[in-house]
Amino acid sequence: MRYSAFSIVKNALSGNVNWKPAWRQPEPKPFYDVIIVGGGGHGLATAYYLAKEFGVRNIAVLEKGYLGSGNVGRNTTIVRSNYMLPGNEPFYEFSMKLWEGLEQDLNYNAMLSQRGIINLFHNDGQRDAYIRRGNAMWMEGVPAELLDRAALRKMLPYLNFDHARFPIIGGLLQKRGGTARHDAVAWGFGRAADKHGVDLIQNCEVTGIRRENGVVTGVETSRGFIGCGKLGLAAAGNTSRVGQMAGLKLPIESHVLQAFVTEGLKPAINHVITYGAGHFYISQSDKGGLVFGAEIDGYNSYAQRGNLATVEHVMEEGVTMIPGLSRARVLRSWGGVMDMSMDGSPIISRTPIDNLYLNAGWCYGGFKATPASGWCFAHLIAKNETHPVARFLRLDRFERGYPIDEHGAGPQPNLH
Amino acid sequence: MASLIPCPHCGIRPKEEFSIRGDASLVRPDPESSDETWNDYVHIRANPRGRYREHWQHVAGCRRWLVVERDTFTHEVFSVSDGAVRPWETSR
Repeated sequence: MRYSAFSIVKNALSGNVNWKPAWRQPEPKPFYDVIIVGGGGHGLATAYYLAKEFGVRNIAVLEKGYLGSGNVGRNTTIVRSNYMLPGNEPFYEFSMKLWEGLEQDLNYNAMLSQRGIINLFHNDGQRDAYIRRGNAMWMEGVPAELLDRAALRKMLPYLNFDHARFPIIGGLLQKRGGTARHDAVAWGFGRAADKHGVDLIQNCEVTGIRRENGVVTGVETSRGFIGCGKLGLAAAGNTSRVGQMAGLKLPIESHVLQAFVTEGLKPAINHVITYGAGHFYISQSDKGGLVFGAEIDGYNSYAQRGNLATVEHVMEEGVTMIPGLSRARVLRSWGGVMDMSMDGSPIISRTPIDNLYLNAGWCYGGFKATPASGWCFAHLIAKNETHPVARFLRLDRFERGYPIDEHGAGPQPNLH
Repeated sequence: MASLIPCPHCGIRPKEEFSIRGDASLVRPDPESSDETWNDYVHIRANPRGRYREHWQHVAGCRRWLVVERDTFTHEVFSVSDGAVRPWETSR
């Protein structure tokens, strides 16, 4: 069924009882040409683009829980392409362009809202760093604007401009940045992939990767053995565990990141705003809740829950940036398991095993990358060739000495 | 994560007094070691889901480096010992 204004009216008049499920619930077949492990945003996007853009048929996505039960439903929904390094920026800009046409492409309302993202800065050195970043964006053809204090005061009057220690002196604006509804992104990709014949198999946990003569022949799952021609891993926070089944040595640690939402408020915050004196970011959902988060907790964790000390820290940062936040009441908080790479940048790569492909290391920036990650991973799997914009995101960049370290923090995952 | 950490020198202290460095099972290789050995040490992590030995520093206390053994899923802490006292160089 194609969604349209007409279909809404028609179904409303017939009592909304004729809506069909958005995807099938197929039984696993004994063999697939391509199996993707992980039914989150990246896995579903990969399957969709494999089928639609690269003409691969006979694809399955295996998900241990339900579709979109991991980080694609646990992030703060921010979409942007304001990176600095040449290894990253073209990739994220490719993603931004895919976002801009995504809803038409998927025939699904992902509620993309290009409301603009503003990175605040608080001292001269930080201003120079943001000017540099803005220039690096322009060099890749991505518009960026530097805002001074007067312009910011007009746009964001509620900020704490004259804080004694961290006065706000300006900001870098990417107008095309914004938010998208995260669950809808997973559902939209899932539904579109299903339409192209992809089998979305839920409650099917991969427990082993069978190899013969150095190549993968299939996966052991909680629903039996399933054979495959090629295997793609998109398991996010559990990448190390799945990789271990194939004997991969990975530059990844799993860490927990928390996010928060307040009760619904009237429209107050019209942009995505990030704080330069900490790592706080906030936006307002269409429902009215303020959605915000900050850094990872800082210790290895596979638990989807965080620590109270981090909660306190996040609240302090938020109230320092926007004093009025102290009056809002937090409704919920949650945690997601991040696959933190050693340089803070992702991996879309071949592996030492010929027909095994890896999509991992998204740290806490995976959501914005969902469409491009899917596209580039599909390109890699279908053609066995790296997509041009993802050519720096190789697994072997660490041993070769070419990390993509936006923060300049070195190989210490809890600092990225 | 457990809220209280039993420091072998200072007693039971809140976890916010500690700073976490990471995997304690890694042993710094000989300077003349191969590139692969160095790559394994600098970049490759076992990242287990379960028991994990980690280097923590008690920065707001005795400032000693400690080895904390804990579970990365349940967040239970099993033991805390001084990094210099205990022979922690177990094989990976």
